Parts: sequence; structure tokens; C-alpha cells
Amino acid sequence: MTVESTAARKPRRSAGTKRTSAKKPPSPSTELVQLLTPEGKRVKHAEYDPYVADITPEELRGLYRDMVLTRRFDAEATSLQRQGELGLWASLLGQEAAQIGSGRALRDDDYVFPTYREHGVAWCRGVDPTNLLGMFRGVNNGGWDPNSNNFHLYTIVIGSQTLHATGYAMGVAKDGADSAVIAYFGDGASSQGDVAESFTFSAVYNAPVVFFCQNNQWAISEPTEKQTRVPLYQRAQGYGFPGVRVDGNDVLACLAVTKWALERARRGEGPTLVEAFTYRMGAHTTSDDPSRYRHDDERLSWEAKDPIQRLRSYLASETDTNEGFFGELEAESEALGRRVREVVRAMPDPDHFAIFENVYADGHALVDEERAQFAAYQASFVTEGEGE
Amino acid sequence: MAAEKMALAKAINESLRTALDADPKVLIMGEDVGKLGGVFRVTDGLQKDFGEDRVIDTPLAESGIVGTAIGLALRGYRPVVEIQFDGFVFPAYDQIVTQLAKMHARALGKIKLPVVIRIPYGGGIGAVEHHSESPEALFAHVAGLKVVSPSNASDAYWMMQQAVHSDDPVIFFEPKRRYWDKAEVDPEAIPGPLHKARVVREGSDLTLAAYGPMVKVCQEVANAAQEEGKSLEVLDLRSVSPIDFDTVQASVQKTGRLVVVHEAPVFFGSGAEIAARITERCFYHLEAPVLRVGGYHAPYPPARLEDEYLPGLDRVLDAVDRSLAY
Repeated sequence: MTVESTAARKPRRSAGTKRTSAKKPPSPSTELVQLLTPEGKRVKHAEYDPYVADITPEELRGLYRDMVLTRRFDAEATSLQRQGELGLWASLLGQEAAQIGSGRALRDDDYVFPTYREHGVAWCRGVDPTNLLGMFRGVNNGGWDPNSNNFHLYTIVIGSQTLHATGYAMGVAKDGADSAVIAYFGDGASSQGDVAESFTFSAVYNAPVVFFCQNNQWAISEPTEKQTRVPLYQRAQGYGFPGVRVDGNDVLACLAVTKWALERARRGEGPTLVEAFTYRMGAHTTSDDPSRYRHDDERLSWEAKDPIQRLRSYLASETDTNEGFFGELEAESEALGRRVREVVRAMPDPDHFAIFENVYADGHALVDEERAQFAAYQASFVTEGEGE
Repeated sequence: MAAEKMALAKAINESLRTALDADPKVLIMGEDVGKLGGVFRVTDGLQKDFGEDRVIDTPLAESGIVGTAIGLALRGYRPVVEIQFDGFVFPAYDQIVTQLAKMHARALGKIKLPVVIRIPYGGGIGAVEHHSESPEALFAHVAGLKVVSPSNASDAYWMMQQAVHSDDPVIFFEPKRRYWDKAEVDPEAIPGPLHKARVVREGSDLTLAAYGPMVKVCQEVANAAQEEGKSLEVLDLRSVSPIDFDTVQASVQKTGRLVVVHEAPVFFGSGAEIAARITERCFYHLEAPVLRVGGYHAPYPPARLEDEYLPGLDRVLDAVDRSLAY
């Protein structure tokens, strides 16, 4: 760099400084909405306490149960992959609070658009967990009826579902309904154009949608710094709607903040971005090896913030929850694991002709022709066998 | 609406109006489709009559348009979206291919995606880059989509009616250089099936198969050939997915010769698929190999060169001569 060019830059730089830039961007710790500390202590929050003010010990135990069973199911699925029963599994380990807190904030008439890791949200919606395993076993590509639980199919292409959620929410508004829509996505997806476009569309049409971003710090091997230079929740500001960062390992805070965001949507106040600050404790999927790109120290530091442990501490010290509850839940967990194992192992391979089914709703001449050719080809083997 | 002569663009406008009138779930979405009535005025007056809630000016983001249309369809709406020009569809290609086309199968048939995507396509209007392309093969290659293209005003009216009623996603390619061509449209008529080809002109020496903007060219070719004593049969395929191979087969079994004409590049174009299938179906009837006339394997050229790039009367006649020479 020449002396001249340095000199030329100086005045411009100082002229542009109006002292506002001196303000440091807020650090996550000061911005983070938290109602339960990692030690399980309840902390007050003027804005969000009202959303969980009337929560009963029974309901808190319900949240705890949801998280424990979801984790147990998730662990079973990981084992089933290791045993060769599933081709792949995307574990939600560590993200139970974000999913159960937001999932339990929903009403039955709300609609969920998940990624492929929302096993806890599916649980809250009443989707049988074994239904989630078909696509990971390779017997279907989804397969549950999205409308029976208002839980859309898992979407694998990153970020696509945020636009579907926005369009669905536009439809809700057209219908004059007061239900809301929630779109799940991750820190990696925040870089996708579709997510940016969903922010634009939802803002312009004031669509009743909550964008629930689980920032689990890693998009396979890429840390969040590779996706953004501002905290993700701050992106909302540029689109003209609020963004909030919540402790994603605090189920109570996730419940409260999501309820607040859903109520905004129901009142016709448009979209909200919730960034649940959490951590992917396991690998991206069973095909991934995190030891190649991150240190175990980081995972250990997050282990101290475990979502289940902190609610257990709170239940044990601040409510009338007795040891019997935890014991019964353990038995229920094992029963769930057993059932999942049995169902998966008994899951039949699809009929060969399933290839040609549901390609079109109204049929297609080429599909019919190829199905017939396939049938003839298959039949040729049968004939040979019979002839021997 | 009584039977009357109208331009192809007006016929689509009338068809959309009929659809909006008949079903409150039908929506129009796209860039500039509202007050402006679309850059080709195909949606002219619809927002005025049906309101901003049903004829929706969208942000300038094609993936967003198709992605939100999918969401609206999941909610029970029947969106008809406009992509302003052929070359601008690609930001939406991901949503169309990975989501719109596959979601019905992904859900094992439990949900339907009645979305129509209108795309003005093709050249011949002296436009700048990205405004003259013919990407229909890129959509026909994708299972789950249906791809159609009318060649005249009457088909435009009826095929749009049928596309809106379809429970499958339909990519509706509109031949933009034929927007102003007039033909009689009778809204009381009983239309044939959406994916059935039509024999436009009967002949005995050779079959010309085309769709969209090239049907008119093929009719002119047949006229010119007749003056030379050659009898050409002209087929309007109307649908590129599925293709009505039965009609093509019947024609080729009669004539023994086939030339397929489209504006899209010949390489991996729909003509390649037709040539392969008709060779298989009509091997012993063919007097000559199936020939194709279309665009070259080059970017669509600047407007001053498009007449050299597009199949015109002489290039198609040349192919006819080559076929007849076998």
C-alpha cells in the first residue's frame, strides 16, 4: 500500500465515524433469554415470565418426560443405525429443550415445517416416532400424513421448508384463521437464499409464521462463523420484524419465547425470528466424524449446560417431584426403546411396484408404460423359476 | 363469454378469469401481475376484478414465488404463478425439482400440489439475453411434473383450464411470439384430454411433429411442400410430459418418416426422446432415420442472429428433403 493511498483513506474513515459504531455488538450472554440456569435455578425475566407464569409442576414434569423420551428414542435410533437397521440417523442430542419447548408452545391447529432433525417436535405433535424411521431405513421418503398431526414431512434440502411455511402462513391469513405456522431451520440454513426470501415474503405479507432457528453451532463441519458475522437473531431487524436469542438448552425459556412469538403471529403482528442458542452434542449424522473438525473441550463445556439435567435439578429442588417419578420414567424410556427396536426390525421392505406409485396424482402415460414393462420383466423371472 | 376470435394472450387471460370466478381457492402470483397485468398483459385487469388478495404482486424472487406457492397449495389453494421470462425460472428450479415435483410421492400420495407455473418461452421477438429460451426439456426430465405448451388461442384457453384443475404440478409454457396470434375460442366447446396430441393437417409422405411456437412454422412448411407435390402430416404434440406417443406412432406408421421441430437445442432435447421412442415403436415402418430441427448447442444468440438459430421454413424444409432422400 502506498503512502498516498493510506493518507487518502484516513479522512474518510474518521468522517464516517459518528460514535455509533463505537457501540460493540451485544454479546450472546447479555442478549440471551434464560429462565432456568444450567444449575437449575429459576431466574426472573420481566418480558417472558408471563408466558410461563401459570405453569404447574405437573406440566414441568411433562416437559421433562418429553425430553427424556425423545433422547431415549434418539439414542435407540443411533444404535439401530450402528446395528445396520437404519442407513442413516440425524441425532438431536443436546437440542431436546429447543424442540420440546417450542413444540409444546404450539396449539393443535398450528402447523409445523421441520428439517430432518425435529424428532422432539414430532413427538410433541403426536407423530409416532417409528414413523420417522422409514426414511432413515430406506423404506420410504417420509410417508406420514402431514395433515393428521399438522406436521409436514421432513425436508432434506436445506432451508426449502421456510418458504413452504411462509406460503402456508399466507394461506392461514387469507382464511382468516388465528392459527400460526412454525418453520424450523439451522445455523447453516440461515445462509440459504430460500431462508432470506422467506423472511422477505413473510415480512411483506405480514404472514403469521415463527422462524425457529436452532443454532447448534455446527453445519456439519462448519462453525457458525462461516455463516454469519452478526448474531443470527439480529438478521430479523433488516427485514423489519423482531428477532430474539433464547437459551436453546432451557426448555422453559424456549417455551415462553415461542409462545410469545406465536401470539404475535395470531394477533396479526407478523413473523418473528427465534434463535435458539444450543449445541449439537453428537455428529451431524451417523456418517459424520466430528473429531476431524472440533475439540472435545467444546462439547464438554456444553455438557455442563445439559437441558435435561437442569430441569431435573429444578424439579428436584423446587417442586414436589419424588424419586418415583424418575424411576417410572426410566421404565417408560426403556419400553419406548424396546418398542422402537421391535417395530424397526419388523419394518418390511416396500413392494417393488412402490417405485411407480404416487409419482402423479392424476396419472402419467409414461409411468404406466414403464410400470407395465417392469411388471413384464419381473414376471419373466417367475416364469423361468416355474419352468425348472 | 361467447365464442369469439381472440389473441392467445387474451385467451389465457380469459381462462384465468374463468378459473378465478369458478373457484375461490385459485390465486394468481408473480412479478408485476397486478396493476401492470404482467409484462405481456396476460393477467390484465384480473387484480382490479379479483383484488390484491387473489392476484398477488410478489417480491422479485422466483424461488420465493414457487416456494410460497407450494405452501399455499398445502393449505388448500390452487396457485397459478407467473415466471416473467423463460431465462428467469432458474432461481426457482430447486423448489420446482426438489420440492414441487416430489412432494406428492414423498407423502405417499397423502398431499397434492395443484400448482401451475406459467412461463412465457421461446424466441423470435428480438429480445435481450435470457428472454428467448426454451427450457422445456429440463422440466420434462423431472418425474412429478407435467409439461404442456399450447400453439393457438383455443388450446391456450382450454389447456389452462385443465392445468388449473389438475392435481399435479403443471409447467405451462406459453409461446410468447404467438401471444398476439388470433383464433376462435369457444368456451362452450368440449375439449380433448390435456395431454393428447392433435393432427393439425393430414398427409401421407412425412410427419412433422412440433408444439408451441413451432406448430405454425410446420404448417407453413407443409404448405410450401404441397406446392412441390409433397404431402406432409403435421402434429401438434401440445404436451411434452407426458408425450402422446400413440398419436405420433400412428402417424409415422402411415408416413414412414418423422421430423421433430422445436426451438430448444437439439442436444438432449425433447426431439431426442421422441426419436428414440419412435424408432423403437416404428422400426419396421421407418423409411428414414428420425430427424430433428432445433436450436444449436450454443447460448441463445443475440437478437440479430436469432433467425439463423431458430428453426424456420427453410431449415425445416431442408430436413424434410433429407428425410425424403433416404
